[in-house]
Amino acid sequence: MREFVYVQPAEVDQAVAAVTADPAASYLAGGTTQLDLMKDGVLEPERLIDITRLPLGGITGGGDTLRVGALVTMEELAADPAVTERAPFLREALLAGASVQLRNMATIGGNLLQRTRCRYFRDPTVPACNKRRPGTGCAAVTGAARMHAILGASERCIATHASDMAVPLVALDAVVHLLGHDGGRTVPLTEFYLTPGDRPDVENVLAHGELITAVEIPLLPAGTRSTYLKVRDRVSYEFALASAAVALRLEDGVIGAARVALGGVGTIPWRADAAEEILLGAPAGQESFAAAAEAAVRDPFTVPGTAFKVELAKRTLVRALRIAAGGAS
Amino acid sequence: MPTVSVTLNVNGIEHRLDVDARVTLLDALRDALDLTGTKKGCDQGACGACTVMADGKRILSCLTLAAQCEGRAITTVEGLSADGGLHPVQEAFVRHDAFQCGYCTSGQIMSAVCLMAEGRAGSDTDIREFMSGNLCRCGAYPNIVAAIREVAGGGDA
Repeated sequence: MREFVYVQPAEVDQAVAAVTADPAASYLAGGTTQLDLMKDGVLEPERLIDITRLPLGGITGGGDTLRVGALVTMEELAADPAVTERAPFLREALLAGASVQLRNMATIGGNLLQRTRCRYFRDPTVPACNKRRPGTGCAAVTGAARMHAILGASERCIATHASDMAVPLVALDAVVHLLGHDGGRTVPLTEFYLTPGDRPDVENVLAHGELITAVEIPLLPAGTRSTYLKVRDRVSYEFALASAAVALRLEDGVIGAARVALGGVGTIPWRADAAEEILLGAPAGQESFAAAAEAAVRDPFTVPGTAFKVELAKRTLVRALRIAAGGAS
Repeated sequence: MPTVSVTLNVNGIEHRLDVDARVTLLDALRDALDLTGTKKGCDQGACGACTVMADGKRILSCLTLAAQCEGRAITTVEGLSADGGLHPVQEAFVRHDAFQCGYCTSGQIMSAVCLMAEGRAGSDTDIREFMSGNLCRCGAYPNIVAAIREVAGGGDA
């Protein structure tokens, strides 16, 4: 690991100023991505600004919205009674990710900013990675791909955003609170992430030094049923091959409200608006679910290693819809 | 080489250290404090061998900087039992032969103690799910589950 200067600022503003002023500075929170990638030599900050002692924790609110401090851990959020009652698929997604140890460390802000698990990105000896070294190409497109994206992907980058938590959060229309050196702003999570396009190295709308301070989570209305279904190579402690976050409200067998997002298959947590449009007002049944799945996975970009994910993503979504609708799993 | 000064509270004893900023809690425990019960497996947050408690919660010491631990109460496998004897979970691991090479064992035990405190040892399914961050390459899982089940109150089934 490259040498770095460790800084523990006393105030949030000092932290933001310190990172903003130094292009080679990074924030450190739970460390589960940051220190891992520093050990691998993928990230080489010269200055680490530890924000873990700053007052950015706590879950507040009630009613229909929860405000979650950026430093709340995954385990803390999963244990929150309002999440269990009003957004159970968020709790399921949190507990389906990583291990208890990692969830005790990893923060909500850091989870949103976690880097891809693409092996070619995480190995600095691989020359071609547009995300790590812009303009060098993509080794995954021609190499061994499996844990890779089919939506929002292109020949420039097929790296998946691996967060489980972010999948129900985009479905819920969560809002990210940001603080920069010139003030704060809010960004809907659905507009926070950027598909790779020409710049796979630019993953979100954050300016250098801008800090996530909180995430605002609108809770589901009473009578909504939700589920998070994660399909993976082993039953626990593994990233998703495909996942689906679904919330449905049924009125006499007809879908009155639908929220759908996919994980494990997108370069970003994938909100499936087209699927929601098909579901809204449709009868809750196999035909609607299959049509929604077709719409959700339209125009995939596949390589030989990821071709199976087109069908897998559809089946995962159909099954999640069936579970949320109250049918057999 | 940038250094940091940190006071680590480990198993109730305070240690003042000046270390390279890069030093993880794991390396500080093993190399500076000679507490080698905590093991370095993958050193990448994947195997769980380095599991310790920070303020009563299980964390991975390999992905935690020593510098981040000022003021936190760290408990390692050496500190599980105050009187020098074995913790009930350690005794159960011995009784159930819950290891072969033993390298993952201290991490398994730290995780198991926390699992019970979290109230997640109610069924074999839960034990497997919430112990999944601790890998055992020897495959001693059935015996690990049996040891935990026994201490959690499920009897020696």
